[in-house]
Amino acid sequence: MADNISEVRQQHWRKTRNLTFLVLAIWFVFAFLLPWNAGALNSMSFIGFPLGYYFCVQGSLIVFVVLIFFQNKMQDKIDDEAGVSE
Amino acid sequence: MKGSFIENLGRVYGMYTGGFLVFVLLMALLEQMGVGADTIGVLFVAFTIGIYALIGYLSRTMQVDAYYVAGREVPAVYNGMATAADWMSGASFVALAGGIYFGGYGYLGFIIGWTGGYVLVNSLMAPYLRKFGCYTVPDFIGTRYGGNLARFCAIVVLVITSFTYVTAQINASGTIAARALHIPFEAGVWFGLLGILLCSMLGGMRAVTWTQVAQYIVLIIAYLVPVIWMSNKQGFGIIPHFSYGDAVARIQELEPMIGLGTAAIDKPPFGGVSILKTPHFAPAGGMDSWKFVTLAACMMMGTASLPHILMRYFTTPSVRDARRSVAWSLFFIFLLYFTAPALATLTKLQLIDPNLATSIIGKSFEEVANLAWVKNWSSVEMLYLVDSNKDGILQLNEFFMRSGIVVLATPEIAGLPYVISGLVAAGGMAAAMSTADGLLLAIANALSHDLYYKIIDPHAETKKRLIVARILLIAIGALGAFIASLKLTSILGAVAWAFDFAMSGLFFPLVLGVWWKRANRPGAIAGMVIGFAAGSAYLYAVRWGGMDPWVGIDHLRFGIIGATASLIAMVVVSLATPEPDAETQAMVDEVRVPSGESILGSQH
Repeated sequence: MADNISEVRQQHWRKTRNLTFLVLAIWFVFAFLLPWNAGALNSMSFIGFPLGYYFCVQGSLIVFVVLIFFQNKMQDKIDDEAGVSE
Repeated sequence: MKGSFIENLGRVYGMYTGGFLVFVLLMALLEQMGVGADTIGVLFVAFTIGIYALIGYLSRTMQVDAYYVAGREVPAVYNGMATAADWMSGASFVALAGGIYFGGYGYLGFIIGWTGGYVLVNSLMAPYLRKFGCYTVPDFIGTRYGGNLARFCAIVVLVITSFTYVTAQINASGTIAARALHIPFEAGVWFGLLGILLCSMLGGMRAVTWTQVAQYIVLIIAYLVPVIWMSNKQGFGIIPHFSYGDAVARIQELEPMIGLGTAAIDKPPFGGVSILKTPHFAPAGGMDSWKFVTLAACMMMGTASLPHILMRYFTTPSVRDARRSVAWSLFFIFLLYFTAPALATLTKLQLIDPNLATSIIGKSFEEVANLAWVKNWSSVEMLYLVDSNKDGILQLNEFFMRSGIVVLATPEIAGLPYVISGLVAAGGMAAAMSTADGLLLAIANALSHDLYYKIIDPHAETKKRLIVARILLIAIGALGAFIASLKLTSILGAVAWAFDFAMSGLFFPLVLGVWWKRANRPGAIAGMVIGFAAGSAYLYAVRWGGMDPWVGIDHLRFGIIGATASLIAMVVVSLATPEPDAETQAMVDEVRVPSGESILGSQH
């Protein structure tokens, strides 16, 4: 039984970690990659904005908000499956 | 009303918001009846502070968990609002849009950094610290790594970080109070402190939580209403946020025509004001991009290690609620942060576009100097005009202003009624007060709980602990107000430093405490001490020591140096010393799952 619990826990942590890495990878793209290349992106436009500018003032921000809600939803599922939710 | 306060939160804050809107309408009515602008300004500031003080009084408590963590009963959405108020400082409210106005691409690193940081808070910190059940951030360090030395190091970092930040907030509340109440700045600072202490002294975290929710409501109304009203009045669209792309293009078209980049000829007789030199958005790549991402990285890692933010997530009923409230926090913060660039853009366009009636650049110098808002803000040394080339026309390099003008003067530039300016003053006050409260409480709690109770006198009675906590709160507040009254630094310089200090000393010890089981006590101490010392030494060297910054890492970004040193020191020292005992490792395993008892009991 004890082994079972620790195995479930290990799996829970592995999934949590993978989800965290996925979230941080998306975060990295919108926090660093796109603003870094804002100059190049500006040749395109989105709803009237130069695209690079758009990401720096709005696009990335929206992604961050949605990303956290998404992460929480997935994490809740991982917790429920492992039976470790409160 | 039936049921407990928590069950009635929606109704209570609904009534409060309605009451506040009625108050605004009443003020508008008074203005129509000929009551002076000064009186309305006084009423706005006095009324809102009165309400916060009342909430602070009603939330008074003598219970330890209510004082330190608001009884852990704050629902996620409300904790999100409280965090947003805690987070958005006087600088965010007053200076952010101005920063974008002046700083262009380079400054937007702050916008990305101050929002993206919450992804780190949610991924790496908040749920795990909530599971831990600590009262303060040093409480986590002290329990995870064990020993008073580790706890003490965390206290030192926390105090220096938060203190750097709090003087700027007291300064901001003093500036606003001085202007609204027509009192000298030094008196305004002490008046601001009085308001801040009224919110936090009697009820600690519980009182601060419920006043911060009230302050968020005031500050977000005060930020959004003028922008949306101005946009409608000037024909920029009903909700300008998604439609100001044309304004950006128009500014870029006008910039070369109005001589952007021409240096100023005359020097203003007072400091703090400057001319517009940086293009609205012209990333040059290379070094420009590097400076953007390093600034953003510092602000993000700083966000995730600032104790006054992290401790907000200790107040939720569960781990799941802690995570949810991070999401709501960012949502509520986002509402202001995605408005600021719209405001900066539209204000700039209003000033420089000759096709708009509000424009001043290229107009007759005489005419502009006599505009009511120009006279008004010149008299308080926030604006300065000089006809350097004596051609009778105002050029871009003859118009100096402080960054705060963009928010504070928007209502007047766009010709909105004075009641809106009063609302903006109340919003700025709410933003500065709420952040100052969170910071003062973070410092006082670390000193009273971690230093006094955990290290000096572990047998102190509850009553004595809570009295010590309050005395510390007043003493630290007074010290902050005293330093603020000396006017040592500009608002934003000091704010950015707080983030760099926090990331230098706390980021890796906190993250690795959860994510790396092998991290041990000597490693954590090395991480805190070496990281903090390296960051501080670098700051000193580039700011005062005359050293050239390495690859663009200037005094705003010294956290990059500090955090790198912290990581290396922590990993090397941890690996060179024995691994933590089985009990500690089991504790880390326990922190990683939401279910079960928290590591520290509810009363500790």
